[in-house]
Amino acid sequence: MEKIHRHSPLAESADTDFDNIKVDGCDGANRQQTAESFTANLKYLLVGILFGIIFVKAEIVSWFRIQEMFRLDSFHMYGVIGSAVAVGLLSIWLIKRFNIKTISGETVSIADKVFDKGQIYGGGLFGIGWAITGACPGPLFAQIGAGYLAVAVTLLSAIAGTWFYGLIRARLPH
Amino acid sequence: MNIIELLKSPWPWYVAGPLIGLTVPVLLLLGNKSFGISSSLRHICAAVIPAGLPFFKYNWRKEAWNLFFVAGIAIGGFAGNFWLGNPKAIVVADDTRQTLAALGVTDFSGLMPTDIFAVSNVFTLKGLIFLVLGGFLVGFGTRYAGGCTSGHAIMGLSNLQWPSLVATVSFMIGGFACTHLLLPFFLHLVL
Repeated sequence: MEKIHRHSPLAESADTDFDNIKVDGCDGANRQQTAESFTANLKYLLVGILFGIIFVKAEIVSWFRIQEMFRLDSFHMYGVIGSAVAVGLLSIWLIKRFNIKTISGETVSIADKVFDKGQIYGGGLFGIGWAITGACPGPLFAQIGAGYLAVAVTLLSAIAGTWFYGLIRARLPH
Repeated sequence: MNIIELLKSPWPWYVAGPLIGLTVPVLLLLGNKSFGISSSLRHICAAVIPAGLPFFKYNWRKEAWNLFFVAGIAIGGFAGNFWLGNPKAIVVADDTRQTLAALGVTDFSGLMPTDIFAVSNVFTLKGLIFLVLGGFLVGFGTRYAGGCTSGHAIMGLSNLQWPSLVATVSFMIGGFACTHLLLPFFLHLVL
């Protein structure tokens, strides 16, 4: 179902359940059924704060660490991403195996990623941007917080890039 | 070495990596949220400049958690650098350092070289290439790919999604090609 929607021209769908957020493989999407208040959302702020501290302290936000990675001069970034995936894999396996529920009692639901040529073309373009800026979207926010205020321009430009994608999406190969 | 000194020194990969991996179950169990940061850029578009585009026509308020999350990352970035900051200069691998120095980079003291990433460079060619062009590619590319390092490389691979492996390999190919083919040209041009 989602595959068809994904390639559809994205107008108002006849399917009332359909939400345009799905036209992206539900990347980072919220699948909780009950709505959350402002205060409930503060817990994600807290997780973000801890996450930002880890980003800076492990120097993942450093342009130099990204350069080392792409020059194969250091194991650091490979170790970080590799061990993060290992822990993520084990966690998701445990959640599925023991049917662990969310704190509000819902079954954990994760959307499948659907193959799309954008993963190749867009992935390559992001890779180029990653090497130039030394940042993926998460570290952009951490770099600004860490005092590299020039990166605010990078963030604004990334928002513009996202918007431009939304503008020309229908004309791109998918 | 006391605990504060330990916290202030750079954290090794085997501490940071597993902690980042834990974000996956933490977000899932706190509220059925899939880890993915680049979507925050889409939500900002949907909230501020949707311009009637169907791609931005969805209930972004339901996804507001992602905006809280990235706001947290910025605060964490501040805390990590100003309260728990490493008092010493960053240690860059010798080979990378020599290559970059040969390309004109002189500042190896902080997380980012101020030769390039200084506010005074915003309205120069440096800013145009390293901030504007680079940022544009990050925003355009991640959305076209349907995710970034967190959504594909960490969340997608953790959930054994092969399209995420395709995306991750593409990120790396783009990054290697840019580092070895484009960056020497860009750095020569501006430094």
